[in-house]
Amino acid sequence: MIAHAEHDVAEVVPPLKAEARNLSFHYGSFQALKNINMPVYERKVTSLIGPSGCGKSTYLRCFNRMHDLYPGNRYDGTIEFHPDRTDLLSKAVDPIEVRMRISMVFQKPNPFPKSIYENVAYGLRVRGESARSVIDDKVEAALKGAALWGEVKDRLKELGANLSGGQQQRLCIARALATDPELLLFDEPTSALDPIATANIEELISELKERVTILIVTHNMQQAARISDYTAYMYLGEMIEFGVTDQIFIKPRRKETEDYITGRFG
Amino acid sequence: MNQQELQSLRALIASHKRWDFLFGVLGVLALMLGVMTFVALFADMTINGIGRINIDFLTSFPSRRAANAGILSAWVGSVLVMLVTACAAVPLGVAAGVYLEEYAPKNWFTDIIEINVTNLAGVPSIIYGLLALGLFVYTFGLGQSILTAGLTLALLILPVVIVATREAIRAIPQIIREGAYACGATTWQVVSDHIVPYSSAGILTGVIIGMARAIGETAPIITVGALTFIAFLPPAPFTGDPSAGLFDWLFAPFTVMPIQMFNWTSRPERAFLDNAAAAGFILVLMTLTMNGLAIWLRYRLRKNIKW
Ligand SMILES: Nc1ncnc2c1ncn2[C@@H]1O[C@H](COP(=O)(O)OP(=O)(O)O)[C@@H](O)[C@H]1O
Ligand SMILES: [Mg+2]
Repeated sequence: MIAHAEHDVAEVVPPLKAEARNLSFHYGSFQALKNINMPVYERKVTSLIGPSGCGKSTYLRCFNRMHDLYPGNRYDGTIEFHPDRTDLLSKAVDPIEVRMRISMVFQKPNPFPKSIYENVAYGLRVRGESARSVIDDKVEAALKGAALWGEVKDRLKELGANLSGGQQQRLCIARALATDPELLLFDEPTSALDPIATANIEELISELKERVTILIVTHNMQQAARISDYTAYMYLGEMIEFGVTDQIFIKPRRKETEDYITGRFG
Repeated sequence: MNQQELQSLRALIASHKRWDFLFGVLGVLALMLGVMTFVALFADMTINGIGRINIDFLTSFPSRRAANAGILSAWVGSVLVMLVTACAAVPLGVAAGVYLEEYAPKNWFTDIIEINVTNLAGVPSIIYGLLALGLFVYTFGLGQSILTAGLTLALLILPVVIVATREAIRAIPQIIREGAYACGATTWQVVSDHIVPYSSAGILTGVIIGMARAIGETAPIITVGALTFIAFLPPAPFTGDPSAGLFDWLFAPFTVMPIQMFNWTSRPERAFLDNAAAAGFILVLMTLTMNGLAIWLRYRLRKNIKW
């Protein structure tokens, strides 16, 4: 009976939020991603790990079509986005539409040189929201969601740049949350932060997954182990292994993953 | 390190530091040469002209008698021409700069445009005068007017505004742009919400530096037909009989400060030279005010911009 229950748990696969299929990517003539297949599960945290230069950021930035901003880049394959099964990479899909559904938090905090309030409100303004009361409410909710409200509620008119590094990064998370994204992308969000700010952001990410699907690039394996449900190991533009985080860290299937995780390489 | 090695190390550092000192002295000398020349010229002009500077000088038209002559038509002309210049050069220059930085694909065509814009800044101003004479005066029939002069000077400073705009835009970190795009902004939203506001300090500085150059220009203004002697002002809107239209002043004949000065310096009487010096003093004051304004605006606008 117990054995049966265990078996059931292992079989339960959460619903899909997105799925990369045969995804390749070129910067001009340089192929940075090679035939990647990977699911992203709804309301789970998925980590991308791998040595520097292996293509983690490149892969992440495919999800919000960031590469469209620069000439000469080429996507092949698909990223199917659920529940509507839109192909995020299709030429027929406007990258703006994609970015309205998928928010991103960058490696270095990048608040706009505007007030704290305007930083969080920006996504709403872009969507044409102009009702003051609606924006007020959403800004407050987003700042609370980013665990920043208590610290800034009396100084919403101050410049975002006046905050500490960790607060700035949480401000950027609030900006990303304000528009109720379906998927939240993080590119090494704590690599510029001190250990305490890092711990705060990690805790925040664990809370956020109740509401939103999270895909995070991290250079720090312990971080991946701490916060993520699924982990993908990438190397030289390839997806070497994807699995439940515990399995990847305790019992990797591939020799390359094991070498990387045990520090024999990378 | 023994005592002897320490000694020779200290001697080495001392000999290196002599170069620091020498260069410091040379630098100060070079600086003084430039600054002192200006100060000497300005002081000379002030000494000669200060006796003429009073309210009457500013509120009188030119006259055949030096003691009665003033610069009313000249400074009003300069201010109005500058107004037209700014209104034309700022939107055109900023739009061109924004286009080149944020919209234009990087290819041979935009490379050529880029090289040309930079080269335009080096074209002698008289050439702009000839171009304007053919284009604005004869082809468009705008006459020898404030509008023509303003547009001519706008062309002249356009490269400065474009280059300043582009440099200010390039100073905006790419990560700020990406942050805005990641929120779902279109290029136009990124430009109007971020690029233009964040680069406005640099743009304004460029505009004012360009204007400070334009206000002293003589050659192109003479070429398009500024008068050297004019004893009336352009019609103010809704005054006179029949009542002037809102924009009639644009088509009025005019003169500007440097032409008034030039006119006076070519007179034989000594008293007119003093008038010229006085006008020069005011012209320099106008330029310095503009530069001061640029510095103040840049300070004000940059205060709120931190990356
Ligand atoms: N804009 C670009 N143009 C050309 N090559 C790039 C560009 N950005 C990244 N690369 C290359 O693509 C590979 C993957 O880079 P990246 O995705 O940034 O790696 P990671 O985030 O895993 O450190 C690297 O070899 C890098 O040199
Ligand atoms: Mg990276």
